[in-house]
Amino acid sequence: MIRYESVSKQYPDGTTAVHDLSLEAPSHQITVLVGPSGSGKTTSLRMVNRMIDPTAGRIRIDDREVSSVKPAELRRGIGYVIQNGGLFPHRTVLDNIATVPRLLGQTRRAARRRAMELLDRVGLSAELATRYPAQLSGGQQQRVGVARALAADPPIMLMDEPFSAVDPVVRTQLQDEFLRLQRDLARTIIVVTHDIDEAIKLGDHVAVMRVGGTLAQFAQPAELLARPADAFVAGFVGRDRGYRALGFTAAGELPLADEKPVRLGDALMTARDRGRDGWALVVDDGDVPLGWVAVGGLPDSALRGDVTIDLLNLGGTLAGVGGTLRESLDAALSSPSGRGVIVDLDGRFAGTVTAAQVLSRVETARETR
Amino acid sequence: MSDLWQYLQANQAQIENWAGTTVWLIVLPLLIGLALALPTGWLAARYRWVYPPLIGITGVLYTIPSLVMFLVLPGILGTRILDPINVAVALAVYSYALLVRSVADALRSVPAEVLAAASAMGQTSTQRLLGVQLPLAVPVIAAGVRVAAVSNVSLVSVASVIGVPQLGQLFTLGNNTESLTPIVLGLIFFIALALFLDALVLAAARALTPWRRAVAS
Amino acid sequence: MTARASGTGLPGLNRVLIWFNDPRNWWGPNGLLAHIREHVVYTAVIVTVGIVIAVPLGLWIGHTGRGIVLVGGIANALRAIPSLGLLVVLIVELSPHISVAGGAGGLLARGSIPYAVPALIVLLILAIPPILTNTYAGIQAVDPGARDAAIGTGMTATQTALRVELPGALPLVIGGIRSATLQVIASLTVAAYAPLVGGLGRLIVDGDQNLTDPHFGYPAMVAAGITVAVLAITVDAVLNLVQRRVVSPGISGRYRRHS
Repeated sequence: MIRYESVSKQYPDGTTAVHDLSLEAPSHQITVLVGPSGSGKTTSLRMVNRMIDPTAGRIRIDDREVSSVKPAELRRGIGYVIQNGGLFPHRTVLDNIATVPRLLGQTRRAARRRAMELLDRVGLSAELATRYPAQLSGGQQQRVGVARALAADPPIMLMDEPFSAVDPVVRTQLQDEFLRLQRDLARTIIVVTHDIDEAIKLGDHVAVMRVGGTLAQFAQPAELLARPADAFVAGFVGRDRGYRALGFTAAGELPLADEKPVRLGDALMTARDRGRDGWALVVDDGDVPLGWVAVGGLPDSALRGDVTIDLLNLGGTLAGVGGTLRESLDAALSSPSGRGVIVDLDGRFAGTVTAAQVLSRVETARETR
Repeated sequence: MSDLWQYLQANQAQIENWAGTTVWLIVLPLLIGLALALPTGWLAARYRWVYPPLIGITGVLYTIPSLVMFLVLPGILGTRILDPINVAVALAVYSYALLVRSVADALRSVPAEVLAAASAMGQTSTQRLLGVQLPLAVPVIAAGVRVAAVSNVSLVSVASVIGVPQLGQLFTLGNNTESLTPIVLGLIFFIALALFLDALVLAAARALTPWRRAVAS
Repeated sequence: MTARASGTGLPGLNRVLIWFNDPRNWWGPNGLLAHIREHVVYTAVIVTVGIVIAVPLGLWIGHTGRGIVLVGGIANALRAIPSLGLLVVLIVELSPHISVAGGAGGLLARGSIPYAVPALIVLLILAIPPILTNTYAGIQAVDPGARDAAIGTGMTATQTALRVELPGALPLVIGGIRSATLQVIASLTVAAYAPLVGGLGRLIVDGDQNLTDPHFGYPAMVAAGITVAVLAITVDAVLNLVQRRVVSPGISGRYRRHS
């Protein structure tokens, strides 16, 4: 684990970057430091691998003080990822990833072999190995940065705004893959971000920091949303707290209404018969939901022909059977028919649920808390 | 110190003569080089295909050692070896080669958005060039002029090797008579000239770019 | 001063062509080839010494960021000193104190060492600033993210400087070396003002003293001058090729773009 013990950082000109920070980032979990600019979060991160040294207090990694280890040696045992990747432009992608193993004395061949494994693990194709960073997109560069940090198999990783330099779509992908990677690898990770949503999504524990470098609250995400410690944290966490908190509770057993879906190519008349309230659900041959088709309020003459792709309304999201209340509620709210589509683990249609049903489950969950 | 003063007084006429030649040998080629570099540099900035050949040829010209230029030009121009004109032409070529690149790069470095804004406000290309592009290019061009000026100063003295009469003769005189005084006098003149020109160009650049002064804290 | 030929019009250039065509002017201990060889060797030695001094110093200054103003100021100031003046000062003050008699192999003529030393000092002073300023400017221009990542992944200061900063700065460093090389090739001609100093400048200065001599007069002077120019252009082209080979494609952008 990584422990901060009354750590402070004050600069000669008088500015205080971090003030009396004490927290413990548990092993094998992700701890996120979040806060506005000037809250000292990056400074705190960089004190762990001694890029900056504290003016007061101690930092321990598994009971060993970081100040007792030589900096270069310390850093070779810690994975370090920064915004924009920080890749070495003069080296190929493969040699970038192989950096720390080479520093630790591995042969070039062994290091490169390991680098190829990691390239695959972060989801990049092997043909990128001989390219240079300038030839890669922002998202690809970030992944290479993560691969490089993982190369020497460090137990600890420090990540400074790792996903903020890419566009939102890529960012979501990277976050999801990062979570998947962590499920497999279970490292002790500290992430710094200014985005509270990212903090809540990624963190097992979240530390909210204030301008001036003091810790405002250190808690699990659900706790942060439900019980913010003061006005600053409440404001920083932002609106939609209640809604976002639903993302932390499993929906459990929701009553799934029966629905009779139709397939592509079935007659529209059949769809009208099978549908309810003017909408029929369309699935493919594997029972995977494709969308809704509007069949209500139309004379028979308009319902000639078959169900085709271009007739589909793709509005609704899908929620998994084991998913959260938030997913189920969103599925119901976004569905054109008002019936949220629930799918099983293989993506096959399992049933539908209405918003009212989800909300009554929310109430039950509140009562049993 | 007093020897220097004595020497200066003793040879005043000769030194004044040389000084006069030296100054016009430094300044005139610089001005000519700049005058030629502005339009051609603009062409290179405006028409992409002009840049590589122009910079390539001037680059090669710049590579030719000064002493060599001073020697070969008499053959081409039909002048005598000792004629200061050779030096003037050579220095003009060097100044031009240096400055055309400065001008082209400076004009190209003005951000495209600024030029677009100027056009969108209804300025004609000439107004845009003179009112927006050129003023913004002044700092880089001025840097080039400073380098060209200082390098002209040290190149002029090289002409003493082949006997062209200018202040550099103080060096050859000192060498031949094994006397330090004229040499030191010469060094003082040249270094003072270089520093003076450098400061002059810097001041001119500052005067032309009042907006930069406003930002400095 | 010896008498000078006046009126050197086109007939003069014809004489140069004739000079080039005479094999006696090329071979032998005083021939063009010998002088070319001297010129190239002196340049190589001086530039190498310049690199050995300036690159580590520039690396240190660029990496630590200390001393930039001071060093930059000195380098700029050095540019203002006329090289001929400096040479002459050293000859008058220093040479009388150097009493080394012989020469050195085929490179330094007998008795030339007292004059060669001032020449070498002046040339070194000319070669170092371009390499130095370009090196630290190049190091400073390296992507700060890459530098941060280098330190963060556990490289020591030296490793960071050599493995990350220097490769990134290489285009500018080599540019500085090219600049310095051209300076030395050109200034070596002026250095021949010092007696007995070799290289192509020797033919130029001696030619100026004996303008009417068919082998070592005006034609030799101009021919040597043309040779220096050709040498400079050729060496620069070669260094350009070296730059292309040595700089990583990731820095120079020389790779095929994939979609």
